[in-house]
Amino acid sequence: MALNITENIDGIFQLIGGNFSTAGEASTQLKHKLAEIGVDEEIIRRATIATFEAEMNVIIYAAAGWLHYYITPGSIKIRIEDMGPGIENIELAMQEGYSTAPEWVREMGWGAGMGLPNMKKNSDTFTVDSVVGEGTTVEMVINFP
Amino acid sequence: MTLKKIAEILDATIISDSDDLNVQILNACSADMMSAVLYYHTPNSLLITGLTQPHVIRTAEIAGIKTIVFVLNKKPDALTIDLAKQKKIPLLSTPCCMYTASGRLFSAGLPGCLTK
Amino acid sequence: MKVKDLVDQLSLDVRSFKDGLGNDITGAYVSDLLSDVMGNSKKGNVWLTLQTHLNIVAVASMKDLSAIIIVGGRQAQEETIKKAEQEKVTILTTALPSFEASGRIYQLLK
Repeated sequence: MALNITENIDGIFQLIGGNFSTAGEASTQLKHKLAEIGVDEEIIRRATIATFEAEMNVIIYAAAGWLHYYITPGSIKIRIEDMGPGIENIELAMQEGYSTAPEWVREMGWGAGMGLPNMKKNSDTFTVDSVVGEGTTVEMVINFP
Repeated sequence: MTLKKIAEILDATIISDSDDLNVQILNACSADMMSAVLYYHTPNSLLITGLTQPHVIRTAEIAGIKTIVFVLNKKPDALTIDLAKQKKIPLLSTPCCMYTASGRLFSAGLPGCLTK
Repeated sequence: MKVKDLVDQLSLDVRSFKDGLGNDITGAYVSDLLSDVMGNSKKGNVWLTLQTHLNIVAVASMKDLSAIIIVGGRQAQEETIKKAEQEKVTILTTALPSFEASGRIYQLLK
């Protein structure tokens, strides 16, 4: 795949907790950026779905967060750090269907317990680190074919 | 199946009239939970949902959804409509509930979205 | 039609309260939003959802629904099943996504 990329590209978005009306904006902009440099459509789809789920988690659970992306000729890496409550039991949180989202979040269409599994499913490497009371960092890499 | 045909089957009103009614829809996904939409493979799909907020439009854009139909006569606010116009995602509103809307379209031959 | 007929026709898995298979079905309702189901479902409806959370049992019980069908291959959590047994709520599961499961049931109940 010939990408229109001569040097590494990186960027950062700030995310604000509770702000549902602009939720997804960062992921959408990233989607356009990847399209601009000619990344394969299916790869874009995977990267944006994974990013969007991570972005929504910050909106739902945290006070604020940052989304960093690093695009190289070989891959895209996305790191999302938040100042949130942290995840008590990561193993449990990775289980499909498990969610600690309150009812009002479920009424908005989120908190089905599919977020972290969707992120993992769509990335080639996926790591999540969390400290209760401090925050969570998710790092995902999607390789270009 | 065209958007026009879908609107007929569901007695639906088209919310933004600038949209191309001949756009082809390949299959459908019924959900209120947005992660379910993101879980399935939905390029060129129809989304049948009961939620009308802007993040539904963004989910649709990210998932490649072609059209959204809101059930139970729900109408989105101006912010959501503007965003949908910007993203070129036509919006419909049907008096049917999600069950009837899904049932009618399935019976008319529209398949479910791919699960991979 | 009874819940059991639906189980047979769509090869649903029975996850809780088998005694409920004899319940009559008055129709179906599809939603993942509990407030919607509380407001709009009718007594004896089967409820299709991909929610697996404990609260679905209370909703089904309060609204006298004939069964819950969890769609999309999702599995109810253990505490949900336990609660459903206590509250005498039948939970069924299917791998079919919501749209297709609704479509098939629509054709069977027509």
